[in-house]
Amino acid sequence: MNTLSVWQLLVLVVRRDLLLAMRRRADVFTTLIFFVMVVSLFPLGVGSEMELLRKMAPGVLWVAALLASMLSLGRLFSADYVDGTLEQMMLAPQSLSILVLGKMIAHWMVSGLPLVLIAPVLGIQFDLSVPAQGVLVLGLLLGTPVLSMIGGIGAALTLGLRGGGVLLSLLVLPLCIPVLIFGTGAVYAISAGLNEAMVSNLALLAAMLMFSLVLTPWVSAQALRISME
Amino acid sequence: MLEVSHLACSRGDHRLFSDLSFVLESGQIMQVQGENGSGKTSLLRTLCGFLSPESGKILWDGTDMRELAEDYFANLLYLGHHNAIKDELSGVENLRISAGLAGIALDDKQAVAALRRMGLKGRERLPTKVLSQGQRRRVALVRLLLGNAKLWVLDEPLAALDVGAVELVQTLIAEHLARQGMVIFTTHQPLEIAGMEMRRLSLS
Repeated sequence: MNTLSVWQLLVLVVRRDLLLAMRRRADVFTTLIFFVMVVSLFPLGVGSEMELLRKMAPGVLWVAALLASMLSLGRLFSADYVDGTLEQMMLAPQSLSILVLGKMIAHWMVSGLPLVLIAPVLGIQFDLSVPAQGVLVLGLLLGTPVLSMIGGIGAALTLGLRGGGVLLSLLVLPLCIPVLIFGTGAVYAISAGLNEAMVSNLALLAAMLMFSLVLTPWVSAQALRISME
Repeated sequence: MLEVSHLACSRGDHRLFSDLSFVLESGQIMQVQGENGSGKTSLLRTLCGFLSPESGKILWDGTDMRELAEDYFANLLYLGHHNAIKDELSGVENLRISAGLAGIALDDKQAVAALRRMGLKGRERLPTKVLSQGQRRRVALVRLLLGNAKLWVLDEPLAALDVGAVELVQTLIAEHLARQGMVIFTTHQPLEIAGMEMRRLSLS
């Protein structure tokens, strides 16, 4: 029998989680619909003053994305914890960090990527200009994986706790503030015509993405081992 | 060779066992006995590294299992209370994933053949949520057929199984021991391996 390389294992975990998400489609749609609802409530509530809406748009979209990604975080490890799959993952002859990274990637593809794709449509409600839309999407593309990865640490730490969902949000939301600041900052910068500021905001988001990619799987893996005891 | 020396384990303030030492050599089988709550599962979970022992050491071929980490896990097959199978997936899908996690690439044909040997013919492609408790346990037990883990750690492997399946498990364990494997397990049902000396470890 053949053995699997690290890459094959990573692909296996991502495909497994995507397959499971396909079989439980309701979970995927709740995140997306929550995002659409929250964002759409603002123009209805605030009124149709274009100037105001255009100013609010980046903040509203980013905060909604942040909250939407919190919704599905609780499920990141809990199903595997309950049915014993997590135990088997810990006994895998490869590093647990790789498996955790796979789960984070799958989580982003299921709950982050749809938000990125639908954001331009929602941006129309706020009368965002085309360049601002582009920067918004680019920022979300760089930022939402960071939310999934930082959230993964929180999900691992609160695993198996009763009422862990609220605790998880309290733990993770403060850590996500930098992503929110730079994500919205990039859109404000392009709206104000400050191209250099826009680039530096996006560059900082990209740096955070790289940093999380390296560090968070390992930290989550350690947290999981603690939670298993 | 698995060597446990002066192992102590507590859950909360409650001391489960202390100064526990034994050696398990290739081709040996050991049953862990004790009342409910005497620490059988905790001992097995400590052997898997899920729990850290309060004191004492677990050595695999003379090296501490904490140092070996993944190299030790590659030699280990653990079957716990939970089946570690997904209700939404079929037997074949479940098996290919759990084999993958154990580092084994399994194709569709091999997975189907393994499931059939476990007596799940005709059920290979059904979502496991429609299977009975015993059939699900069988799906979990198929992992015994795969890979070449040397040490099997089985926590209540016979729970929910019928007579036929129990015999099958006994056969698999006998084959594993004949290949110079090692088995450490707990059970509340009689499990006899013909021609094998069963070592017993009592926790009290």
